Amino acid sequence: MLVALKDIDDRNGPRSDAPAVSLRDVTCTFSGSSGSKPYTAVQNINLDIADGEFVSVVGPTGCGKSTILNVTAGLIKPSKGSASIFGAPLVGGMNPQSGYLFQSEALMPWRTTVQNVMLGLEYRGVDVATAKDRAAWWLETVGLGQFHDHYPHQLSGGQRKRVALAQTLITDPKIILMDEPFSALDIQTRQLMENELLDLWAADRKAVIFVTHDLEEAISMSDRVVVLSAGPASCIVGEFSIDLPRPRDVSEIRLTSGFLDVHKAIWATLKEEVLKTYGKRSARR
Amino acid sequence: MTAIKEFFVGRDGNLPGRPSLLLWQFVVLAGFFAAWQFLTDHNILDPFFFGSPKEIIARTWADFASGQIYIHLWITLIETLLAFAIGTFGGVVIGFWFARAPLLSAIFDPFIKAANAIPRVVLAPIFALWLGLGIWSKVALGVTLVFFVVFFNVYQGVKEVNLVILNNSRVLGANRNQLLRTVYLPSALTWLFSSLHTAVGFALVGAVVGEYLGASAGLGYRIAQSEGVFDTNGVFSGMLILTAFVIAIDAVVTLIEKRLLVWRPQQTTTLNAQG
Repeated sequence: MLVALKDIDDRNGPRSDAPAVSLRDVTCTFSGSSGSKPYTAVQNINLDIADGEFVSVVGPTGCGKSTILNVTAGLIKPSKGSASIFGAPLVGGMNPQSGYLFQSEALMPWRTTVQNVMLGLEYRGVDVATAKDRAAWWLETVGLGQFHDHYPHQLSGGQRKRVALAQTLITDPKIILMDEPFSALDIQTRQLMENELLDLWAADRKAVIFVTHDLEEAISMSDRVVVLSAGPASCIVGEFSIDLPRPRDVSEIRLTSGFLDVHKAIWATLKEEVLKTYGKRSARR
Repeated sequence: MTAIKEFFVGRDGNLPGRPSLLLWQFVVLAGFFAAWQFLTDHNILDPFFFGSPKEIIARTWADFASGQIYIHLWITLIETLLAFAIGTFGGVVIGFWFARAPLLSAIFDPFIKAANAIPRVVLAPIFALWLGLGIWSKVALGVTLVFFVVFFNVYQGVKEVNLVILNNSRVLGANRNQLLRTVYLPSALTWLFSSLHTAVGFALVGAVVGEYLGASAGLGYRIAQSEGVFDTNGVFSGMLILTAFVIAIDAVVTLIEKRLLVWRPQQTTTLNAQG
């Protein structure tokens, strides 16, 4: 049985033991706009994400959570330190293994949903007919089968997020980066989307880095929660593995005693950082 | 009493329906011409200087009936379209180029601004000298007007491309060319389309002003001719035809705009508009 499983793995391509994402001493300092001082968003971040692991990053607002995603995606180069993807160092250029679900709207308003979803395939030179078929299949999968030829403005916020999700997953990325993807949704839509995301993820486990400011969301979805300190120069102040059973239902799991224990433990760490951020803000006023 | 107050001060709630609005607009138009006719008939306004609506309409009718106006309409239309096409093409290419080449745009910035500050009418004699009295001097004048509108809009469109959409496309694997084609160009075009009305209007202004200052055909030329012989009715007739011409062109532009910007949110949309 074990041998058989290993065979399947081999057929899917070589699975190295190297972590999907490995950040070593990553520091990102941004040169401020003319006149202002340089700003260090994150400092000495060391983080490994195993293949197939769902990791959430939580922290107070403005602590550089998105910076970690941008480094992993290859959108920004760290000022110091390095990022490796499946053991291969990321030197300049984009990380072709990653898909990125942005916090704000990333759909092109001038393209229909199908045209938006097929973008990734279009960029890879897949012929239009095949790309359209794949896009249609993905739209079906995220429950928007009948919205092919709608433009983004004709969809609700939740529907637009589903389109963005389909757009991200169509290229079959090995690593999925999510930047507070559901923060703009109302609570019901949000829990619905969270459950759907977990189902999609369970179907073929990818490595996920999920950034959120919502601790409950982080715990209910992840294998591991990483807590960042208050910015600037945020660093990792705590890591907690979440041993709650899967499959999970995000709204039900919040009521279990296991969840509450973990929540208490993480909140003890997170609260301090949140208070620090809050204190700085009040002091500035 | 309240009706009169509402009329002048405004009121809350909905406007009256389209038919009654049209009726009011017709009343305003008819009233204006009736007053004009009355004043010139009774010599309160001198018909020599102010013309007479009856005569103007008769003149316009005669011009169309004899068919001699068509060649002038045609010339002006050609000049307008050429000025619009050339100016837009140049504006898109140069605007795109400058937006993607910061050093170039930094060097040329003051010159572009200076060139745009020149009142374009003063260029008409130069163009007439260079290009003669044919259509090309008018096209050139129109191009100088259209180019800058399009240039600034395209430049802005490329500069202010949505960063999230740009980054999203990069993550999805777009190379430099694909970014240009799928992100920068559509973004610039949305700005361009929103300036279509202005651009077409400027092309027409260039054509007519050019004709007015020196030409052998065109609507502007006819107005200048009538003015030269103190033919007030001819001037007004020319203005009437020009107005109708502009309204027709504007309607065509609106139609094109509607087709090109179908993805834009319309206020009347109710499809799934809960988000």
